[in-house]
Amino acid sequence: MTVAVASGKGGTGKTTVAVALVLSYDRNSVLLDCDVEEPNAGFFLRSKSIKKEEFSVPVPVIDAAKCNLCGRCADFCSFNALALAGSKILVFRDLCHSCGGCSLICPQNAVMEEKNIIGEIHSAESDKIFFVEGTLKIGKAMSPPLIREVKKYGKGENLTVIDCPPGNSCPMITAVRGADYVVLVTEPTPFGRHDLSLAAETVSEMKIPLGVILNRYGSGYKGVEEFCEKRGIEIILKIDEDIKIAQAQSEGKTILDVCPEMKDKMCGIVDKIQKGLTK
Amino acid sequence: MIVAVTCAGKSIDSPLDNRFGRAESFILFDLENGSFTFLDNEQNLNAAQGAGIQSAQKIAKSGATALITGHTGPKAFKVLSSAGISVYHSSAKTVKNAIEEFKAGKLEKAPNPDVESHWA
Ligand code: SF4
Ligand code: SF4
Repeated sequence: MTVAVASGKGGTGKTTVAVALVLSYDRNSVLLDCDVEEPNAGFFLRSKSIKKEEFSVPVPVIDAAKCNLCGRCADFCSFNALALAGSKILVFRDLCHSCGGCSLICPQNAVMEEKNIIGEIHSAESDKIFFVEGTLKIGKAMSPPLIREVKKYGKGENLTVIDCPPGNSCPMITAVRGADYVVLVTEPTPFGRHDLSLAAETVSEMKIPLGVILNRYGSGYKGVEEFCEKRGIEIILKIDEDIKIAQAQSEGKTILDVCPEMKDKMCGIVDKIQKGLTK
Repeated sequence: MIVAVTCAGKSIDSPLDNRFGRAESFILFDLENGSFTFLDNEQNLNAAQGAGIQSAQKIAKSGATALITGHTGPKAFKVLSSAGISVYHSSAKTVKNAIEEFKAGKLEKAPNPDVESHWA
């Protein structure tokens, strides 16, 4: 079973929940940190990275000796990664989606391939948890291929938890796709409600069942609950606002270190999701 | 010599379009005889990315050797300069004014793009 933990915006406690889920689980599990622009789940697992691999995508290079400047490759590329500019073809690697079309279409066989290293994949294993994180190189805008690569590690375990990138655009959708269940973590504020409504809409369109965890509960604002009620979305857990939790996190401790009762609650959530899915 | 000017409208008295990549259209003005033609840029308004790159190729193809616009980003600028097109940034109100500024030698050739990616 794969559970994706996502949120409409950053800083809601998404990683806290993802880490707590795998740490609470009694059997083998996999945690995939797909928040590749800012992976930080590893920080809380205290796992030493044992394996590092570079991750690259193929990008075109033009062989100027063969190219006759016909411009077909540039016309073809719908991502505008190639441009016919005077007496050469310019390649904008950061716009390239590695579709390979330009090399197929070139009548002169002038399009070669080159590796563009966009990030790294780190993996580590502890007793029960296999942890994999992707980390995008600074300034690279191509997170979906890296996210897809990280997700390849999540096959076949009892429980795979994905820490998704925040937001509800391409990277988030890439991370969530294929999950059996999505947990959306949010806060009881008008912003929280707004971002939740966007993320919930995206997940509903993908036809994946979802539930909400309301973090830092206790402000008195009821908008998130009203929204969930209206849309028939279950709030699977409320985590009270607690200075202890924030403090623990700043020291690299997890929520389980300061709130041991969370273990049962997290296990309960996993059980419930599992039962709900097999119903 | 032909100058391309970004145009927010359909006439030479229309406002100068500040944007380059997503400019509404271009006016190609022939300095020798004062005649001009329009170049539509509608498809670029909807480009998901690289609108500036596409516009720059369009200008290169049009035969213009100079461009007057509000702003250019780094990628578009790279294509333009590699294609041998001089770029002039102007804050003139209308296309006509911009061409007059250019003719009077009031515009300076831009050595660099003047906005970050994603503007143009
Ligand atoms: S399609 Fe091939 S020959 Fe034509 S411009 Fe592109 S690289 Fe050059
Ligand atoms: S591989 Fe695809 S996206 Fe990349 S430059 Fe070629 S056509 Fe464009």
